[in-house]
Amino acid sequence: MALTGIYAFLFYLAFVVLVAGLGYKIVQYARTPAPLKIPTTPAPTTRSGVALRMGREVVLFESLFRSNKWIWIFGWLFHAGLFIVLARHLRYFTEPVWWWVDLIQPFGKYGAFAMIIGLVGLWARRLLVDRVRYITSPSDHLMLLLLTAIGVSGALMTFVNHTDIVAVKAFFLGIMGFEFASMQPLPGDILLLLHLGMVVLLMLIFPFSKLLHAPGLFFSPSRNQVDNPRAEPGLRAHDSRHVAPWAVELETDRKA
Amino acid sequence: MADFETPKLDDITTIPTVKSGTMEHSSPYVAKPVIQEPLGFPGELVDDWENVAVAKLGELSNKYRALRVYLDSCVKCGACTDKCHYYLGTSDPKNMPVARQDLLRKVYRRYYTLAGKWFPKLVGATDMTKEVLDDWYSYYHQCSQCRRCSVFCPYGIDTAEISMAARDIMDAVGKGQKYCNEIIGKVFKIGNNLGLPEPALRDTLEDLEEEVEEECGVPVKFPLDQKGADVLLVTPSADFFAEPHIDGLIGYGKVFHQAGISWTVSSHASEAANFGMFIGSYENMRKVSMRIREAALDLGVKRIVFGECGHAWRVAYSFLNTLAGPFDFLDPKYPVPQHICEVTHDLIQKGVLKFDKSQNDHMVLTYHDSCNVARASRMGSKPGGQFTIPRDIIKTVCNNYVDMAADSIHDATYCCGGGGGLLTDDLMELRVRGAKPRMEAVKQVVDAHGVTNMAAICAICKSQFTKVFPYYGYGMDMIVSVHQLVSNAIIMDGAQDGGDEDRETAEDAPQSA
Repeated sequence: MALTGIYAFLFYLAFVVLVAGLGYKIVQYARTPAPLKIPTTPAPTTRSGVALRMGREVVLFESLFRSNKWIWIFGWLFHAGLFIVLARHLRYFTEPVWWWVDLIQPFGKYGAFAMIIGLVGLWARRLLVDRVRYITSPSDHLMLLLLTAIGVSGALMTFVNHTDIVAVKAFFLGIMGFEFASMQPLPGDILLLLHLGMVVLLMLIFPFSKLLHAPGLFFSPSRNQVDNPRAEPGLRAHDSRHVAPWAVELETDRKA
Repeated sequence: MADFETPKLDDITTIPTVKSGTMEHSSPYVAKPVIQEPLGFPGELVDDWENVAVAKLGELSNKYRALRVYLDSCVKCGACTDKCHYYLGTSDPKNMPVARQDLLRKVYRRYYTLAGKWFPKLVGATDMTKEVLDDWYSYYHQCSQCRRCSVFCPYGIDTAEISMAARDIMDAVGKGQKYCNEIIGKVFKIGNNLGLPEPALRDTLEDLEEEVEEECGVPVKFPLDQKGADVLLVTPSADFFAEPHIDGLIGYGKVFHQAGISWTVSSHASEAANFGMFIGSYENMRKVSMRIREAALDLGVKRIVFGECGHAWRVAYSFLNTLAGPFDFLDPKYPVPQHICEVTHDLIQKGVLKFDKSQNDHMVLTYHDSCNVARASRMGSKPGGQFTIPRDIIKTVCNNYVDMAADSIHDATYCCGGGGGLLTDDLMELRVRGAKPRMEAVKQVVDAHGVTNMAAICAICKSQFTKVFPYYGYGMDMIVSVHQLVSNAIIMDGAQDGGDEDRETAEDAPQSA
């Protein structure tokens, strides 16, 4: 029961840190001005064009595809696998389970393999390609270790050593409903505890690590800006200008 | 020729293995106090520079979203590691974009992230030390800010933004680069990078008028400070005297003359280049840009047109409205500013200009996309116009044209090796090595298609190739201006040979009142 209490506390803590930490970074990114228009061109000339460009980056990793097919295939496999695995996990947090979550269960189970293959591939590059080895810090290996271990422990529970998943779901529904009086005990098998402990760790370090690339991409000026900086015909008014608040203050030498 | 070996060209550009420290010795001359101070920078390394640098880094990451997002977001995937021409040409791992960024990122992490404060070794964070500063000075002056890495980064991380910030920080602690800062000082004092004063500029343009009239028999004017002209031409000052730049200027003059567009150069803004961008100084970049606004107001022009210059076109197209707008006092029928290629291209479309393509038959041309035009600007109304418009012009005035390999043109173009404030003799080794990928692409089309010349629309590219081609066994005159080709082929009304006598004579072309 103590174990259940500790894990319940850890999940509350991790959730608060993840949401507050990410929220802080997102607000910080949003509030930091982008004083100059710097889209990497050719760039879309409309907002909807930018949404499409961003969509292709997020879903297909378009730039990475142009850049390096090996990183692309491993990186995409990992992220796609992670996405489907996360979607599948929604069944442990919803009652009744949403229809589409039911629908993807068979695929979701194998998503773990895509994840693990992707991670191993990326890890191999860190060890084998001299350029990537050069830029790798210890934290980069640890991040891969953590993600791989989460994937492997999860896959083991799915395919080898089942845990009492009904009890797990009861535990999570309980902490989500703040039902402290009737807290459901978490099963005590080591794979589950490891898996959940590592997920907590991942949630805790998310806002403080390179995992910030997830919100970062949406705020990347070279990708999210519209190519419209020039005073085009008919656009001569002051509001056609893109000027940061701190830059306006410099304009004391402006003649009418 | 020099105390380094020119790299051997491969048949196709290959990715070298990492060789640490090969370019550690490369760093440009440091600016003296007399150069630093007019730009508002400390003359020499300030006391307590470590803290000043860290504070400046914090300030910049609060002022530039790009800097903060890029410092946070890199996952070290390695996609950019083989994309920088300086890495490809030097094998020095600190010339891989991510490693170059990390020189700044490791300090950012140490002082501005929890992970770096608590676990510096784990995340590769380090204190701001003399070694770090020296590394910055060396390797942030081995980045030409060409943005090739940003094309290939899955998050669009642009090393140019990082290197601009690093240079701004170094200026703030008093360690500025002589070449860039001296030039910016000349613009403030005299009006252009070369320090060409008004009387000298006037003489030069008058000589040019005589020369052109002698050569083609038409009195093409090259006006200076002519109030009431329609167009203010802002062009890199190299266009006023250097080869092949000046042949481009002659081309602009002939196009304006033939189209009957009155135009003028300004002695106050006799420079398109804006090295304020290279040193990452918004304020210096703004001050240089304001000279163009002032000149346009003073001369009462209706349009602003930029000559062939790569980074200048980035500042013009992407930043001028921000830095020196609004341009509500100019003719609203035209975008502000326009590129000379847009003007020429429009005139071609309208059938105003006629050409004798055979005048360029002695050449087989290829075209070098200049980095700032390709990846940081646009021409025309459609994305990618910066690739099609110059090529359309070349194909209109030349019979023989071939593109270089697809991975070396358009937005994947390789920098010439001299951009970003590195076009200085104290960085010659870097410039020669950095040109290697471009030279390999050139060699391919020379060998396969008999290419004789490469056209470009950037003053830095032209100067760089003039200097670097000979290192690789090609002639320095292999590089030509796009408007030089236009100039060769354009049929001028009233010209002595081949001109159509029935048309209006050149004197009738409006020069404005």
